[in-house]
Amino acid sequence: MKVEHGIKGQQKTKITLDGLSFYYGKYKAIDNVSMEFFECMVTAIIGPSGCGKSTLIKSINRISEITNDVQVEGKVLLDNKNVYDRDVDLVDLRRRVGMVFQRPNPFPKSIYDNVAFGPRLYGVNNKKRLDEIVEYSLVKSALWNEVKDRLNQSAIGLSGGQQQRLCIARALAVDPEVLLMDEPCSALDPTATARIEELIEDLKKYYTIAIVTHNMQQAARISDYTGFLLNGQLIEYNITTAIFTNPDKKVTEDYITGRFG
Amino acid sequence: MNYDLQSSNFRASNVPNSTSPESGLKRFGDKRISDLLVESRQANVNRQRIQEFIIEKLLFAGGMAAILFIALIFIFLFKEGVKAFFLIKPIEFIGTHILDFDDNRVFACMWQPVGESGKYSIVPLLIGSFLVALPATVISTILGVGCGIYLAEIASAKVREIVKPAIELLAGIPTVVIGFLCLTLLATYVQNAFHTTFRLNAFVGALGVSLVIIPVIASITDDALRAVPNELREASYGLGATKWETIWKVVVPAGISGVTASIILGMGRALGETMIVVMATGNAALVTGNVFSSVRTMTATIAAELGAVPQGGPQYCALFLVGSLLFFITFVLNLVAELIISRMRKKLRL
Ligand SMILES: Nc1ncnc2c1ncn2[C@@H]1O[C@H](COP(=O)(O)OP(=O)(O)OP(=O)(O)O)[C@@H](O)[C@H]1O
Ligand SMILES: [Mg+2]
Repeated sequence: MKVEHGIKGQQKTKITLDGLSFYYGKYKAIDNVSMEFFECMVTAIIGPSGCGKSTLIKSINRISEITNDVQVEGKVLLDNKNVYDRDVDLVDLRRRVGMVFQRPNPFPKSIYDNVAFGPRLYGVNNKKRLDEIVEYSLVKSALWNEVKDRLNQSAIGLSGGQQQRLCIARALAVDPEVLLMDEPCSALDPTATARIEELIEDLKKYYTIAIVTHNMQQAARISDYTGFLLNGQLIEYNITTAIFTNPDKKVTEDYITGRFG
Repeated sequence: MNYDLQSSNFRASNVPNSTSPESGLKRFGDKRISDLLVESRQANVNRQRIQEFIIEKLLFAGGMAAILFIALIFIFLFKEGVKAFFLIKPIEFIGTHILDFDDNRVFACMWQPVGESGKYSIVPLLIGSFLVALPATVISTILGVGCGIYLAEIASAKVREIVKPAIELLAGIPTVVIGFLCLTLLATYVQNAFHTTFRLNAFVGALGVSLVIIPVIASITDDALRAVPNELREASYGLGATKWETIWKVVVPAGISGVTASIILGMGRALGETMIVVMATGNAALVTGNVFSSVRTMTATIAAELGAVPQGGPQYCALFLVGSLLFFITFVLNLVAELIISRMRKKLRL
């Protein structure tokens, strides 16, 4: 779906979904979706439960295929390279495309080890360098001040909102280019949600962000582009203000005004 | 904070008009559903209370009975075991002075509970037990934990469905059959491979005992790893970890308490295993550090001797003391395992 670039003039396309269909076994969860995600922009995916939002964003870092029997048609281009090509290095793909999950899922390790996990995977063992990466990532995720004195305590002791910011820091520590967020606030209270939203606002300066949300106000507040997904099909995709003030389709309007059903 | 209630016009304008909650609700005659529920509960409530009271007491009694039995076994063992201290000098449980071939007085640890000057050193028995249990634990840790990891993380659902019951079946083989195998086949292989002096030795016993505890360790390890939430695996893969990195750096550390507990429980079983060691270890009460030497374990000693000694005599009581010691060691091991498992629950917030 072509979008008129109304916000900043020329955006650079980071990710292109091109005729993407995604199957769990025989079940078609995503049906021929084409859309673009732009650099330094927040793209929100909205839609009713079960419409395929998570499937859509997980298709970008190919995380579903680890535990499920899946099949893909069409292309997902990351910087014009199809991530489903045979020669794609999955480790590198997942480093470049970070993910934050619906429920905060810190490892049962110390705060420090959580953040240092990614860099260590890639072989960074220099203590000083790791310290720097950990601090940088925690500062970026707005958690540093709260945890700097207890980096060696277990991450499980943090509050839900802090855990989620820790998960964001963990994702940032491998210096990704894209952040996928699957309902990152759905398990959080309003205050913690507000903090994450502020954070997203700040992070989008550096990353391409795709966020799934059930919360219409949240999509309207933080995203630049919004896609409305229904039964695996992309019904409408446009700049957020257009979607929320003047949607093209009746179903979109019904959904965002809560008259859906 | 101060609220000026007088000037607040909250009540006046913001309260929605109340409507009757009854309108539109389903009725049975003149009764609402809630009336029916309250009535029927009233009728049931006394019977229910009595039922619950009885069930609660029964469950409590059951739990208490289990504890009572353990306590009774404990008391019985210790009561008989303590008598040994009145019949035998405590130092003799470690060793006695004997005359060696050159008529020198030497301090020796011997289990030779016969005749007037029976020797009751528990040391060779303890050594025997651990010389079997430790190698058995090491062997079954490597194989059992490996197998558990394979089952939980690598095997496909189909393979799992076949392998897991097969492994549990292994645990169900009568130990006498395993002992028989050790005695006839395994002992020969071991002797040919290591050129041992003793055909039946601690190592053969350890191999046999491993067959029994590998399934225990594998099964508990499998459970512990499968209890690790999938979200952690996703997070790990999401950061670019490979399958092996995810297993070694995330899943196993998250389930490490369960794995440790399985090893400790396995060791408890190895110490308590009787039939296999009676048949496979040669039963010579030697003080040795060599796993290829014949040994006599605590369990084998009790099994072989208790039936044939007069009740209340020094040997009888000494055997009870050995039993008490064994009970105590396995009890402590189980306790430690239990503590570790409960710690894991907390850590993962399961
Ligand atoms: N592992 C799976 N195997 C089979 N079907 C799946 C699997 N995961 C999801 N589905 C199906 O694919 C469809 C899309 O699921 P998905 O999780 O992407 O929805 P969603 O929009 O994220 O929903 P929610 O808002 O509830 O998170 C659903 O109908 C779901 O039943
Ligand atoms: Mg979802």
